[in-house]
Amino acid sequence: MTTAISIQQVHKRFASLQALKGISMEVPQGSFFGLLGPNGAGKSTLISIMAGLARADAGAISIMGHDVVSAWRQSRHVLGVVPQELVYDPFFSVREVLRLQSGYFGLGRGNDAWIEELLETLSLSDKADTNLQELSGGMKRRVLIAQALVHRPEVVVLDEPTAGVDVELRQSLWRFARRLHREGHTILLTTHYLEEAESLCDEIAILNHGEVVTRDSKQALLARYPWRTLHITVDSSTFQLPEALVSLLTDADDNCLTFRLHRERDTIGEVLAALQSAGLTVVDLSTEEVGLEEVFLHLTGQSRGIV
Amino acid sequence: MNAGFNARGFYTLFAKEVRRFLKVTVQTVLTPMVTALLYLLVFGQALEAHVEVYEGVSYSAFLVPGLMMMSIIQNAFANSSSSIIQSKMTGNLVFVLLAPISSLEFFAAFVLAAVVRGLLVALAVYGVSVLFIDLPLAHPWAIAVFAVIGSATLGALGVIAGIWADKYDQLAGFQNFFILPLSFLSGVFYSIHALPGVWQQISHFNPFFYLIDGFRWGFFGQGDASVVISLSVSLGFLLMLSGLGLYLLLKGYKIRR
Repeated sequence: MTTAISIQQVHKRFASLQALKGISMEVPQGSFFGLLGPNGAGKSTLISIMAGLARADAGAISIMGHDVVSAWRQSRHVLGVVPQELVYDPFFSVREVLRLQSGYFGLGRGNDAWIEELLETLSLSDKADTNLQELSGGMKRRVLIAQALVHRPEVVVLDEPTAGVDVELRQSLWRFARRLHREGHTILLTTHYLEEAESLCDEIAILNHGEVVTRDSKQALLARYPWRTLHITVDSSTFQLPEALVSLLTDADDNCLTFRLHRERDTIGEVLAALQSAGLTVVDLSTEEVGLEEVFLHLTGQSRGIV
Repeated sequence: MNAGFNARGFYTLFAKEVRRFLKVTVQTVLTPMVTALLYLLVFGQALEAHVEVYEGVSYSAFLVPGLMMMSIIQNAFANSSSSIIQSKMTGNLVFVLLAPISSLEFFAAFVLAAVVRGLLVALAVYGVSVLFIDLPLAHPWAIAVFAVIGSATLGALGVIAGIWADKYDQLAGFQNFFILPLSFLSGVFYSIHALPGVWQQISHFNPFFYLIDGFRWGFFGQGDASVVISLSVSLGFLLMLSGLGLYLLLKGYKIRR
């Protein structure tokens, strides 16, 4: 598999803050790549350097083999960036901004058919001649996506694309992102919604304090965290928990018990048998597989709620 | 690998900048024209009978080229500076920065759009003035050359100020404490020969004086300085500001982190 984005030893400092500390990684062509990390981890800085919005102090980045500094025109032609902020030009309509963006990339009226297709695909056709000021936040987000795709880039960066959007639009954006991926685009996604990364991405890198904490396939990453959760409701709230289960118990609320089981060492059968031998009847039971959130928190050493 | 010129990218950005100010022509063309005409009305009426700067030239006629160039100076500057700072503040400059548009293409597009606005406003002031005032056209080439150099110079200065300023307040300061005094003190309303010696000398350090004087020479065939010197100084000022503007863009000063 060839490389879509190559990042080699990239350093970037802002005054006293070392934002990137020698980041190196490769994003394979055709992958749906998740770039995760807490606020201030360096994700946006890295994307800015890729897009030419910032300059690295050291190191190199190339997009589809084009160095972002020495071959910046070519690298920008193959890269489409959907910015995180909801920015727009208040002077123009949707169709006008798409034609302008197309022109910046050297494309003329021959690209109009693609612009119309983008308007159609992103459900913007009926708003095509509306000034951007008059659009809702969700509509403006769609326009940003259309602007990023207007020059048919091979690599698409979605920087927090669903931040602040409603559930319906989020689902619609997910479908669109999957479609882009199916059509052969390499997608780089940054997101605070770990369920989003878990649902969409096949490769994931986690950044923290300007360094790559891990970079692996989603499956390998999930497998690296060996725990799963077992929720059991028993028929009594007054009982003596068997000695064998005490170390596995993580939470007890009235007659609801939560256990953390190791995939290889602990089995559900053993837990049920121990409860039964203590004279307890299991009323309800459910298991929860590990999610990316647990892996993320484990690797970044963070607490829940501050992702 | 990055050689060449993205002609369509440049033209698109230029056309966008022109369309931007044409969408608000009341503010960008009509208002400055009315302002210039008010100056003409007030100063012309007040001083017409008392002042004759050049022999055989009425004060009102003398005033028109000065007001035209002052309009060029203020509007060409406003065009590029306000567009850039607005794009910076709202964040939509990112669309240009993400595109394969070089610093030269960026700079040329903004400056050329400023030239178009400067010339449009000047033509509007001229068009209304000649309805009431007889204006000779001694050297039309000089009128055209100084109008283009003047608007390009201020377009370039606008690019610099737009890049430098972090907020509208700073840009307003630049406009009110630098552009406005220099344009008022450059001989728009008077010949510098009417000034005391020391102020005459100081006026020669004001680059706007040469723009106005050369421009006025184009109408009347006479001026306070030699047209060759006016042309040389104006061109030199334009080249210096263009060099500085391009340098800031190449360095990404305040627009690329």
